[in-house]
Amino acid sequence: MTEPTLYIGVGHAMRRDDGVGPWLAEELAKRGQRAATHEGDGAALMALFEGEERVTLLDATQSGAAPGTLIRIEADREPLPASFFRNSTHEFGLAEAVETARSLGTLPPWVHVYGIEGEEFGFGEGLTPKVAEAARQLLDRLACPTHP
Amino acid sequence: MTERRIKVDALARVEGEGALYVKIAGERVEKVEFRIFEPPRYFEALLRGRAAAEAPDITSRICGICPIAYIMGACQAMESALGVEVTPEIDALRRMIYCGEWIQSHVLHAAMLHAPDFLGLHDAIQISGVAPDLVRKALRLKKLGNTLMEVIGGRSVHPVNTRVGGFYAAPPEAKIAALIPELEWGVEAAREVALDFAAFDIPEDEEDYTFVSLIHPDEYPILHGRIGSSRGLDIAVPEFEDQFVETHVPHSTALHGHMADGSSYLVGPLARYANNFDRLSPAAQQTARDCGLGDVVRNPYKSIIVRMVEVQYAIEEALRLARAYVPPAPPHIATPPRAGRGAGCTEAPRGLCYHSYEIDGNAHILSARIVPPTSQNQPQIEADLHRVVSANTALDDAALKWRCEQTIRNYDPCISCSTHFLKLTVERD
Repeated sequence: MTEPTLYIGVGHAMRRDDGVGPWLAEELAKRGQRAATHEGDGAALMALFEGEERVTLLDATQSGAAPGTLIRIEADREPLPASFFRNSTHEFGLAEAVETARSLGTLPPWVHVYGIEGEEFGFGEGLTPKVAEAARQLLDRLACPTHP
Repeated sequence: MTERRIKVDALARVEGEGALYVKIAGERVEKVEFRIFEPPRYFEALLRGRAAAEAPDITSRICGICPIAYIMGACQAMESALGVEVTPEIDALRRMIYCGEWIQSHVLHAAMLHAPDFLGLHDAIQISGVAPDLVRKALRLKKLGNTLMEVIGGRSVHPVNTRVGGFYAAPPEAKIAALIPELEWGVEAAREVALDFAAFDIPEDEEDYTFVSLIHPDEYPILHGRIGSSRGLDIAVPEFEDQFVETHVPHSTALHGHMADGSSYLVGPLARYANNFDRLSPAAQQTARDCGLGDVVRNPYKSIIVRMVEVQYAIEEALRLARAYVPPAPPHIATPPRAGRGAGCTEAPRGLCYHSYEIDGNAHILSARIVPPTSQNQPQIEADLHRVVSANTALDDAALKWRCEQTIRNYDPCISCSTHFLKLTVERD
């Protein structure tokens, strides 16, 4: 039997809504899911893909949509728009990691990305209300036993 | 007056906010400003009143890529203030984890961020399309650096096993021994990447830099040495503030570093290399020669090759230290409080990183000063840009922008760890 999906929450908990990915990953871990958080550079994120069959990435977006807007991208089938995601250290972030892995043939066969549009990315802890609400709804959906 | 303005916002994302402003009148460059508008973070102020033991962990947060530089500089300064000296075993383990930081930081910058500039590509994704073996090798090397930091430091980003006086726990011998096969692979892999870079079409340029770095009589400097320059400066670490000054400039929130006479200077791989070439290992020296490098490299675009020579050296060093590893026992020395003043200086991947602190009798911090490499290099970055733009005014704005960004990346600048940059304005009369 293959390993269940690995959830990876990308972002920094001390940059307000950028912490939505790590918050989701921690809540999923409390519910017994395989989950990791990631705040470093994209090369290290690629290392987390190794040996995985199914990966779900959770991140804040900064695309200009309304705060709390949820997007879902089947990254194993379509390219990620780099401009949607907050860059991580030295501009090698989530989208770059996924696309580089795809180019090298090391992208897991099943990769989905959920993005929640953030509102505040300044210094500080805690999600803004619309982002927190969107995150709770997504958490309920992902933690549901029938979720693929 | 005819004005041309170009704004490039595609990379203008969030943190590490900088820009370049260039004004050209005919063939003459009138102004070059490398502007940093990253908000100041006040680390030196927030350290006041905190315990001396907290300084390494707090200052490590300055940078997610080079936390070891801040941890080690703070540890050294505090140990100096407290009048204690770590054991050779602790010192060797510190050098080994620092090698890990050099490896991962240099490889990330050189292979993933700087190499695209030389190939006419926009990012690492495109490189992985045209040179997948190079990218695979670079990623494996970077992982090796991260693994070294994890095994010794507990984790690779902001390690938690380091402290004033040494380490909280000594890594088990078996875990260090397990690193050896990958380190053995890495020596040759780093050499191959250096040779790949040497085949790049490297722009012609040369500058008579004042190279400033640690200089040590017996080893390529990472943690120890006197501060020296290619023009004969030779001072002990605590004399740093007598010889180097920082000033505010209106167009940048980061301080500009100068020598006491007002001149600019260069820190980083080119400076270390020029000042310490014969302390590189014979194999790393051979790689440098095979890449066509002399004992001194004055073309800043060749810094990408020098970084890989340093990666090879750092892997060789880590391998030597891993083979000779003796777990420090105890893993840290006692650090009883006392009042004092101390300075520390190490070679961060980007160059000299200086710390000094004054502490009271309870080992609480009274004052702190931290001088990171990027602020020291800022005036030299502007001087390089002025020279490069002057020599290339015939280029159209797009090509000139490319060359300017490539020039800035020669420095691997770390503006809150993230300047790839962002806006270029060229104004031509």
